[in-house]
Amino acid sequence: MHNADIPVTVIKTQKTLFRLNLRELWTYRDLLFLMVKRDIAVVYKQTVLGPLWFFLQPVLTTLMFTLIFGRIARIDTAGIPAPLFYLSALIGWNYFAACLNETSQIFRNNAHIFGKVYFPRLVAPVSTILSNLLKFLIQYALFIAVWIYYYVQQPFQVHWLWLLPGTLFIILVLGITGLGAGLFISSLTTKYRDLSFLVQFGVQLLMYATPVIYSVNNASFSEEFRLLLWLNPLTSLIEAFRFWYLGAGTFEPLWILYSLSAALLLLLGGILVFNYVERDFMDTV
Amino acid sequence: MIMGKALQVNGLGKMYRLGTISTGTLSHDLNRFWHKMRGKEDPYATVGQLNDRSGKAGENPYVWALKDVSFDVNEGDVLGIIGRNGAGKSTLLKILSKITAPTSGEIKVRGRIASLLEVGTGFHPELTGRENIYLNGAILGMRRREIQKKFDEIVDFSGCEKYIDTPVKRYSSGMYVRLAFAVAAHLESEILIVDEVLAVGDAEFQKKCIGKMQDVSSSMGRTVLFVSHDLNAMARLCPNALLMNSGHIYAQGTTFDMIGKYFGELGKKPPGELQRTGSRQIRLTDIQLLDHDLNEAKSLGSGMPFTIRIRINVLEDVAGAHFAVTLKNAFGTKVTSSWTNFSGQQIDIRKGETHRIDFHFSDLSMVPGEYSVISYINAGNEVIEMIDDVLLFSVLESGTSAFLRYPTISEGLVISRSEIQSQKE
Repeated sequence: MHNADIPVTVIKTQKTLFRLNLRELWTYRDLLFLMVKRDIAVVYKQTVLGPLWFFLQPVLTTLMFTLIFGRIARIDTAGIPAPLFYLSALIGWNYFAACLNETSQIFRNNAHIFGKVYFPRLVAPVSTILSNLLKFLIQYALFIAVWIYYYVQQPFQVHWLWLLPGTLFIILVLGITGLGAGLFISSLTTKYRDLSFLVQFGVQLLMYATPVIYSVNNASFSEEFRLLLWLNPLTSLIEAFRFWYLGAGTFEPLWILYSLSAALLLLLGGILVFNYVERDFMDTV
Repeated sequence: MIMGKALQVNGLGKMYRLGTISTGTLSHDLNRFWHKMRGKEDPYATVGQLNDRSGKAGENPYVWALKDVSFDVNEGDVLGIIGRNGAGKSTLLKILSKITAPTSGEIKVRGRIASLLEVGTGFHPELTGRENIYLNGAILGMRRREIQKKFDEIVDFSGCEKYIDTPVKRYSSGMYVRLAFAVAAHLESEILIVDEVLAVGDAEFQKKCIGKMQDVSSSMGRTVLFVSHDLNAMARLCPNALLMNSGHIYAQGTTFDMIGKYFGELGKKPPGELQRTGSRQIRLTDIQLLDHDLNEAKSLGSGMPFTIRIRINVLEDVAGAHFAVTLKNAFGTKVTSSWTNFSGQQIDIRKGETHRIDFHFSDLSMVPGEYSVISYINAGNEVIEMIDDVLLFSVLESGTSAFLRYPTISEGLVISRSEIQSQKE
């Protein structure tokens, strides 16, 4: 019976805060995969339209924006057809907002599991990021279809070489920002429940501080106001995406670097706080 | 066969902070801060708390749920953990399964730990049985290949083949638990932690579970830690047990001895700790065990007549009040009851009176061991007062009967003078 190969683990007080046990995360990759599958499957179980909802949501939002901000408020869309203009930002925004919203509720939604079984807690937030990535890809496909439709009708400037690397980069940075901020908030919500209401509301407001329905270069903005907008780490990403696909945004490498640093900083801080809370999370909830 | 140590627990401690734990919402915390600033009382302070360590909670906000706990478990052992609520059993299991970190000390673990702190963890109601087996298995730490390999065995054990592609929200609670237990029981781990799973499922399935757990430890050499309030199951499964009290290990030994100690030494609650339930217009003020000469006793000889005497205080008139005492053995099994209702006897009581009621047991031979008494006062369907474990006593071998060896608690509840005849045919 005695088997020298059986690994010995030691359970004791965790002293270091910054410990990103990627190897452990890797051994749980099957769980990661199954949780992503669960998140996706659960959405369309017992629904009539099923995965179509992933399409419908951005379509309806775009239509609503076109009606309200395009037709009624007449906000300048830089010469780009309004639906395309909104959709180009909405898909990225939706991805970020979903990552943030869902990650920020990780502890609350998983308290019943976290309290019973051990697995690397990071599996839960990472799996939400991945399942949202899948949803993003579906919406991205929708965007590409709309994009081609308008391009065929009247071509606009496209920076072809940037499309693939640019998109990948933006998904990555948006995901990191959402994950980092979400980890922060989820850790704080274990102590303060009311923060999660603030987040849901705050995310809605944040959209208006991000160039989704307008462009940073809107003629009516003052220089100071523009600077304020640029300080939002999402601005440079959304604008660059528009610039590459529609030739209508602005591509500011320095501000992109700023966004990247902000994302990494958020992630680092988020993991620190997450680890701190995770140690005795079960004792406070 | 060389036996290694599966678990080495060394000076383990876990401290919780009482009192000013965060209230849980930012506004309440701010409010509390504001009250403090003005020198007012904390509006969210909780009154009277926590388990049985309450005495010191007032002065010291820190409480050790576990302190200096050290023990070893050999590979292949099935160890039971016994203790009252708040003794630290759950905290110990939570630390072992890495759900919460210890404050001091350490545990060396050889191999993987699977915990069944509550089966069905992570089951999603919308997913089918099949999908849930995979998800739950992965949550418990199994790889997908491993689950695939064991899939048929799991389904077979659960007895849910027909419904395996039905969402589990349509399962009966019994099926749900069977499936969940099946997944966990097939997890290949060196150490299995089981807490209170057997409280669910029908008798047949419980038998299956106990069989599986015995299998797991004997044939596969897995180590099992078992916590349950079902002391019968504990005695059947675990040869050895750990008795915990107030965050310490009180004693360690054979399960039978530990159950005896649990009832004999730890079971004697101070009067203030008696759990009284009911509407309480009539109160029990005293209870005594009397031997056949009506002298107060702490123990009895098996088969000797005895009396349980209660005194009551009538605070309000109650029509048709009935009185009863029930005897329970160390496993919590009721041995017998004596109730005024059985004979239809009416006891006439008036407000402000005190009464003495004697329950005589003249021909009861209980198996030697530890016993406790539950007292009941009721009127119709209403419970006036019920007190569990109100009196504890031991039954000893009396020497009056012609036994070479007395039966033990695992062999029955009462002693009957059976005659055994054999004849060659």
